[in-house]
Amino acid sequence: MNQVAFRRLRGLLRKEFLQIWRDPSALAIAFLLPAVLLLIFGYGVSLDARNVPLALVVQRPGALAASFTSAFARSPYFRPRAFLDIQQAERAMQAREVKGVVWLPSDFARRAEHGGNSPIGVIVNGVDANDARLIEGYVQQVWATWLTAEARAQGQASPTPLSAQPRVRFNPAVSSRNYLVPGLIAVIMTLTGALLTALVIAREWERGTMEALMVTRVAMREILLAKLVPYFLLGMGGMAASVAMAVLLFGVPLVGAWWVLAGASALFMLAALGMGLLISSFARNQFVAGQIAIIVTFLPAFLLSGFVFDIGSMPRVVQWITHVVAARYFVAILQSVFLAGDVWSVILPNALALAVMAVLFLGLARAVFHRRLD
Amino acid sequence: MPPGVDPPEAEPAPALRCVDVRRSFRIGKRVVVALDGINVEARRGGVTGLIGPDAAGKTTLMRLAAGLLLPDSGRIEVLGIDVARDPLAVQARVGYMPQHFGLYEDLSVRENLDLYADLQGVAPAERPARYAELLHMTGLGPFTGRMAGRLSGGMKQKLGLACTLVQPPELLLLDEPTVGVDPVSRRELWQIIDHLTRGLRTTVLFSTAYLDEAERCDTVLLLHEGKLLGSGPPREISGAMEGRSFHAVASLGRRQLQERLASLPWVMDAVIQSGGVRVVTATRTAPDPASVWPPVPDLRFTPVPARFEDGFVARLNDTMGRTAPSSPASAEGGLRAALPPPAQDGEVIVVEHLTRRFGDFTAVDDISFGVRRGEIFGLLGANGAGKSTTFRMLCGLLPPTSGRLRVAGFDLRTAAAPVRGRIGYMAQKFSLYGDLSVAQNLRFFASAYRLRGARRAERIAWASEEFELAPMQDATARDLPLGFKQRLALACALMHEPEILFLDEPTSGVDPLGRREFWRRINGLAELGVTVLVTTHFMEEAEYCDRLAIMAQGRVLSAGTPEAIKATARTASRPDPTMEDAFIAVIEAADNRGLAA
Repeated sequence: MNQVAFRRLRGLLRKEFLQIWRDPSALAIAFLLPAVLLLIFGYGVSLDARNVPLALVVQRPGALAASFTSAFARSPYFRPRAFLDIQQAERAMQAREVKGVVWLPSDFARRAEHGGNSPIGVIVNGVDANDARLIEGYVQQVWATWLTAEARAQGQASPTPLSAQPRVRFNPAVSSRNYLVPGLIAVIMTLTGALLTALVIAREWERGTMEALMVTRVAMREILLAKLVPYFLLGMGGMAASVAMAVLLFGVPLVGAWWVLAGASALFMLAALGMGLLISSFARNQFVAGQIAIIVTFLPAFLLSGFVFDIGSMPRVVQWITHVVAARYFVAILQSVFLAGDVWSVILPNALALAVMAVLFLGLARAVFHRRLD
Repeated sequence: MPPGVDPPEAEPAPALRCVDVRRSFRIGKRVVVALDGINVEARRGGVTGLIGPDAAGKTTLMRLAAGLLLPDSGRIEVLGIDVARDPLAVQARVGYMPQHFGLYEDLSVRENLDLYADLQGVAPAERPARYAELLHMTGLGPFTGRMAGRLSGGMKQKLGLACTLVQPPELLLLDEPTVGVDPVSRRELWQIIDHLTRGLRTTVLFSTAYLDEAERCDTVLLLHEGKLLGSGPPREISGAMEGRSFHAVASLGRRQLQERLASLPWVMDAVIQSGGVRVVTATRTAPDPASVWPPVPDLRFTPVPARFEDGFVARLNDTMGRTAPSSPASAEGGLRAALPPPAQDGEVIVVEHLTRRFGDFTAVDDISFGVRRGEIFGLLGANGAGKSTTFRMLCGLLPPTSGRLRVAGFDLRTAAAPVRGRIGYMAQKFSLYGDLSVAQNLRFFASAYRLRGARRAERIAWASEEFELAPMQDATARDLPLGFKQRLALACALMHEPEILFLDEPTSGVDPLGRREFWRRINGLAELGVTVLVTTHFMEEAEYCDRLAIMAQGRVLSAGTPEAIKATARTASRPDPTMEDAFIAVIEAADNRGLAA
């Protein structure tokens, strides 16, 4: 690059940094928005069930029933409320005061003392399917634990002939926060990468500065490079801040190496910036650019990346579509690096996919950006 | 790319040559032809003016010349280079200032200059001298640290120009640099352009919708709806009109006199000016006062020099076919015959010490004026002078920060609702429903003003007849030509027979014929007792007002009849000042007071 071209690029870069510094909206998108999203997801949204209000219907109180209900009271998962009859409990569930009902029939104690096999009734509110499944599982767990304890107390063998001993790897606390937060970082990066770039270029179109730039001696690749570099740095800054928040504030473990994280993030950032540039080549005002960026980058990153919703359980067609969502590969890498460590068999193919997407989007952006207004 | 060197013996290639240039745009499903077979040549040196109203194709031609667009067909050469084939070579030799000047508002004056110097490849060693020259030329020296966004419109325009001049171009393309800019800055811009063309041999291509600027160009290209109406030195275009322009005075009211003269077959054009009516005859014959009917006893005609606008109007009449002016005043039967008596004797709008602040910015600064019933009152000023903010407060759309406002006898702070039923408002931007048809818009606005049943049908029928909208009934409002849009907007604003009409820059961008037609309607309304408040940045339109106030930086600098305001600028060397001279004098006087204070 000769000196004149270098001065052009340096001039554009200086302009871009000055604008970022003086217009707080770019910094807000890069730093404030991630912080807000992380706080909402870190504190507000949890896919775990804890302190679930549960109705316990004990039709004939007794020692055995008391021991059973106290097993629920001790469990961190439930906040039991006692009811005397099933109708009342069902009404409470309809009013959403409780999320499930556990019902001990009147012959519970009698049947337990005889053959040892005493069924209990479980009703869960299926409106929230995810919660319903969790509650069902937890109830069974509490019940099984109680049965075993009862049996041991009476010197009998465990009534359940076979019991699974689940062992959770990679996220021993089974905390949804630990996998939501790394996934969220991918969404945030999409936002800073694509949205920010698309918006700032649309702003240049709106204010007519792009038109003025095009009639100078500047080359199109210089304009693009001058947008890439600052927003790459800004995006990586937002990324670093998000990781720091994840680790320090939310205590998400970072098992893998930081440089693997940085490398994968850089690749993803380039792909996101490429998408942003591509959008801004045809969306010439900030409103349209924002809408398009959210629809084609942010929403897919949110819904189709496997960050909240498991890709494996999506319909086949949707699964196929997820392959063009760059965030998908990044989420896989992030979840691996944070929770499982540097699992190269996961990281390498996904990083390769990210590299391909970065090259594809940046190349496309370069191809469609030309020095004309039409 | 080294600057091209023409062989010394050959005539240098023209600055601009268009050969059958066509360019259309697709807007939604419509195809709009912006340039329709343009053949033209602009020679090197001097200023070539690209003159025409909105949608004439000026910006498209500028962008084609700058290599920002490709023509659909035809060939366009700039400085002898085919732009479509080698845009980079052209861009290396031209400077281009787009509309809105292409400045970075959150960069300072100095930073904007630095950026463009970097982009244009100005060596650092050359910069101090170049900057000093540009800052001196534009008068921006004291403001190098100020953010471009905090500059006034005139200063932005000059900074934009300085940025395009940072590397001296051979050809300078300026796209409507003077639109909405105050006349002092406009005059200073022309001084800079004169300096560039006379002193530095730069060629300038200058587009504008102000016809009075054409007279300052060496050559003009007249554009209208994508077609070239004519080209040549401006004197050639106005010269054909020599001996056909007269100033008519009579004891009759100016508006009645204009109305009477405009309907005569031998009158091509009649506009209000300097206490009388300026008349252009259809042929080179002396006007005959006896042919005026009904007779005007003391009517006198004095010959005046032709101006450029006369020539443009003549050419527009030739191409579009002269339409006999309808006389709206007489056909205005639908308007309220007897308006309710004004609450105060005479003044229906009273503004006292009105102030509006937005944060630390004072948009309107302690203004006071009064408007009498049936008067046309103008607010004249550049963009950012506070005209629109004043209007919004008068219509009850924006609460004032302080001061008193009475409209139709009501205090707007306590009783905005009853006032709204008595006023009509036509916004600056097209504010009808673009997706609805003409008839649907009329129906909607009639309902919005709570007209029902027979009354509603009657008003809609009145509007479509009065504004000749019937042939366009089913056309989508968005697709109407600008003049029709304006008419429809006025029809909607008049639907509920308001006694006060607010018109915010109603004629900006409209061609001279459309502007005349529009003003004829306004005059007709005023004759019927409707009070009209109008903002404008056309100096000549200020003459059509009964009284006006000149606004700058939120303040009223001068108020009175057009004649009284012009009289303040009268000097020995300038016995007959124009409205623009008066405007400049008023602003300079205010600046001097500001310096003295």
